[in-house]
Amino acid sequence: MPIELPNAESLLARLVDQIRPNVSERTALVGIHTGGAWLAERLHRLLGIKAALGTIDVSFYRDDFGSRGLHPRPQRSDIPFDVESADIIIVDDVLYTGRTTRAALNELFDYGRPGRVDLAVLCDRHGRELPIGARYCAFTLPQPLPASRSLRLSRDATGTLSLRLIDA
Amino acid sequence: MRNPQLNKNGELQHLLSLDGLPLSILGAILDIAAPFTEVAEREVKKLPLLRGKSVFNLFFENSTRTRTTFEIAAKRLSADVINLNVSTSSTKKGETLLDTIDNLCAMQADMFVVRHESSGAPYLIADHLHATGRNHIHVINAGDGRHAHPTQGLLDMYTIRHFKKEFHNLIVVVVGDVLHSRVARSQLAALTTLGVPEVRVVGPRTLLPTDVERLGVRVCHDMNEGLRDADVVMMLRLQNERMNGALLPSPQEYFKVWGLTPEKLALAKPDAIVMHPGPMNRGVEIDSTVADGGQAVILPQVTFGIAVRMAVMSMLAGN
Repeated sequence: MPIELPNAESLLARLVDQIRPNVSERTALVGIHTGGAWLAERLHRLLGIKAALGTIDVSFYRDDFGSRGLHPRPQRSDIPFDVESADIIIVDDVLYTGRTTRAALNELFDYGRPGRVDLAVLCDRHGRELPIGARYCAFTLPQPLPASRSLRLSRDATGTLSLRLIDA
Repeated sequence: MRNPQLNKNGELQHLLSLDGLPLSILGAILDIAAPFTEVAEREVKKLPLLRGKSVFNLFFENSTRTRTTFEIAAKRLSADVINLNVSTSSTKKGETLLDTIDNLCAMQADMFVVRHESSGAPYLIADHLHATGRNHIHVINAGDGRHAHPTQGLLDMYTIRHFKKEFHNLIVVVVGDVLHSRVARSQLAALTTLGVPEVRVVGPRTLLPTDVERLGVRVCHDMNEGLRDADVVMMLRLQNERMNGALLPSPQEYFKVWGLTPEKLALAKPDAIVMHPGPMNRGVEIDSTVADGGQAVILPQVTFGIAVRMAVMSMLAGN
């Protein structure tokens, strides 16, 4: 049965509504490369966040490094604000096993001790393998996706976001 | 013929030489090194990639800088680092190189960083590991005789790319004792692979290999001609310890003709960068004014060296 995917732009608007009541002076965003970084960029603007936008590439913290090796093109992580005591929202496109979030948390703590950390995702596809949940989630798939399928965010030349299903 | 540096999937298994290393892998190392430079700016300068791995620094020849930067790189990747100063230990008692290796393998070594005065020693170790089916153990050549010093060549390429962005529009000059220099051989191999259109080697006839043109470089026996319009000037150390016989009149004479002074550097492009692999002989191959001047990028080379070595080690550990 084909799965109906919602419009990513409407999901983004929903995410903004969810996060907005909790934004404070101490709020900072960190987007996970690549989809999460695109989202975080938009959220940062739409929510008018004061702290500079952070991005993180978890390649160096992945738990499958031993079996899969290094990602061929890791990006530079960039945390341009003081992590110490900041209220950080980690932003990712899709929440699946939770392993990427775990890696991002580990990396973040190497920069300092945040005051609190939340997770915001566009889409939850089920299949958690770690005790991790998103405080902000715009959409949860009605049923889990099979492991052979991958859900990805893409961005076109105009900057418009969309969700795509890919057969891995 | 099997490339001893690559595994059966064509991935980097050992880093032995830049000669024969495919452009795709050379480029990948430079790309992967870039995000590692950022780790030095963090509060916790550690990544978990080599957690639980044992890296053996096996230095059969003395070195401070190279051994230290390898040690820092491995430690920033969370590896356990064991430094062996082999020149003062078991080899003195008669143990062969491969026996030393077998013993360290029995201590669960995961990676060997090898420096040896004999060209080819790291190849011998890599072959031995392959022949005995120990393909999970990796070898990095940290300088073998006059042959190769691949991580130095890589960090030099990283430095050039950092300051010049591209390779395809550059004039790169290598000055000095090419004959005894494993650094020069690694640099020339990498510059050719990366497509630098004009590479010049400059030095006295006694210090250039006789067939150096075969490496695809232009040879200059005139310092002024060699430096003209250069974008990158790579100085080499005069390797007195490797010289047999009278190759030079005196260090003072050498400096007069081949030493890099501000006047000579003025012949290169105004934004040319000056590099040196260290340790420098001030007043022999380079004038202090140049070494400490605004065009010198000698200290950034050292810093980038850590990131490049981190990139190589994590690539190997993941393959």
